[in-house]
Amino acid sequence: MSGLRILVPVKRVIDYAVKPRINRANTAVETAGVKHSMNPFDELSIEEAVRLRERKLPVEEIVAFSAGPPKAQDILRTAMAMGADRGIHVTIEEGKELEPLGVAKLLKQVVQEEKSNLVILGKQSIDDDANQTGQMLAGLLNWPQATQASKVTFEGDDVTVMREVDGGVETLKAKLPLIITTDLRLNEPRYASLPNIMKAKKKPLAKKTLADFEADVSPRLKTLKVTEPPPRKGGVKVEDVDGMIGKLKELGAL
Amino acid sequence: MFSAARQSVLRQAQSQLRFSRPTVIPQYLAFTRLLSTLALLEQREGKLNVSSLAAVTAGTRLGGSVTGFIAGSGAKAVANEAATIQGIEKVIYVENDAYDKGLPENFAPLLVENIKKGGFTHVIAGNSAFGKNLLPRVAAMLDSQQISDIISVESEDTFVRTIYAGNAILTVQSSDAVKVITVRGTAFPAGEQGGSAEVVEGADPKAECPTEWISEDLAKSDRPDLATAGRVVSGGRGLKSKEEFDRLMPPLADALGAAIGASRAAVDSGFADNSLQVGQTGKNVAPQLYLCAGISGAIQHLAGMKDSKVIAAINKDPDAPIFQVADVGLVGDLFDKVPELTEKLKAL
Repeated sequence: MSGLRILVPVKRVIDYAVKPRINRANTAVETAGVKHSMNPFDELSIEEAVRLRERKLPVEEIVAFSAGPPKAQDILRTAMAMGADRGIHVTIEEGKELEPLGVAKLLKQVVQEEKSNLVILGKQSIDDDANQTGQMLAGLLNWPQATQASKVTFEGDDVTVMREVDGGVETLKAKLPLIITTDLRLNEPRYASLPNIMKAKKKPLAKKTLADFEADVSPRLKTLKVTEPPPRKGGVKVEDVDGMIGKLKELGAL
Repeated sequence: MFSAARQSVLRQAQSQLRFSRPTVIPQYLAFTRLLSTLALLEQREGKLNVSSLAAVTAGTRLGGSVTGFIAGSGAKAVANEAATIQGIEKVIYVENDAYDKGLPENFAPLLVENIKKGGFTHVIAGNSAFGKNLLPRVAAMLDSQQISDIISVESEDTFVRTIYAGNAILTVQSSDAVKVITVRGTAFPAGEQGGSAEVVEGADPKAECPTEWISEDLAKSDRPDLATAGRVVSGGRGLKSKEEFDRLMPPLADALGAAIGASRAAVDSGFADNSLQVGQTGKNVAPQLYLCAGISGAIQHLAGMKDSKVIAAINKDPDAPIFQVADVGLVGDLFDKVPELTEKLKAL
């Protein structure tokens, strides 16, 4: 089979364990001074790419990519500490964010420049919950796609992917080039060891700006407002099972 | 901004030339006249997937005409079935078994061809595994920024969706010429019977599909479908093992006629199948009753169930976050309380 040139896009997001707060102007979620991490689904993508290399598949290169504020470089260093060979960072002004379509357009150019033949993305980022970028990239490149992957196997030129669907799993077979998006069951990402974190500091990190790309990434959506979800009214605690049944009847749930 | 203004002027100009139905939202009169929605319907083995009708309901809230779209073997029969749903004016079907598995590599070109041919301004699908997989590919081909998993329609270009695992509600306005949208099924109930739509055959570009569908393994169950069930019982890490999950949860579900769900912790530990996962990365449910046992209530789990009408929780930790959203909470050992509850519910 041909050598694998893997591209792994990663996103810096508010840490999954942090409860987001909405700003006073109701225009966005507060991000200043909030703990950020790599999007959990993207950790799975890096891990899978590294495991392909560890399975002795002909992995030529694993390139991590991120479009985001200057601090997104930290996320790329993490990806390199986990095993990516180098990083590409497209700096986006703090406070601005690309939409999935814009990211997909950038990625299309990166794929062409890097001659990537496998892109592994997270199925969704846990901030905007869009679940779009991988599919959009596949559409722009006219490549096959295998989304929500829970198992990936290579056999010669064939890639078999088991994917999570409503009610169970389905298995697809495709050939490279291919887009894969990761589901939580795909693997368990490793922790970067201290020596690997030190080594990652020396790995190449290319810095780019939007001006280096020809893609039109202007936003199509305008945020009108961001608000708190309606709070649920405080409930009651009951003493025993009879109390629970009684209360459920009272609420019309039984 | 300019393109949005240009479009609305164009629409107003064009709308003079078209026959229009009266509308109840006068301020959007100029828009609604030209507005036409394509609602993607799903089928499985020649049967209409009723939950995909949420796309039709969302389409009717936009104000314009709604056309259903269905493809696969036996699509015509499914189209006839869908034609009886109120709110659909027309159903386009494409009869070809190449579309049976809903593979986006050939389904997206099929959909794009029919969207362009019909001049639709809105394309809507359910936020199911099928819709999530297919629609962003379609959106990219149309150069449109999709709006995922909306929970409400404010106007023809303004939509409401949740972000950050349901912890924030975002209202966005789209400037795209064709608005591509997926809808949360629990927010848009399927329409009533009683319609009589026209059924027509659509265009079939017969795009090649480089992906081969090999097999599937679906959890078989006689219980109601998790995403649309009126009642859901859900178990978490507190159940301790698959044996205990299987011993305690199904009888409780049966006593209530409920579907079974699970937290990610329960799925990861192998207590329950992944398809039962409720939460940000699993299914969104909004039943009349969500009864959970041994679930602490992490934000990722709450994302998938906090729109339930009534939430009841059994947990031995009185400080578990689940009690902050539960209407009825019982602090106790689920290994005692769940069997007792099951017996008492059966006796009702």
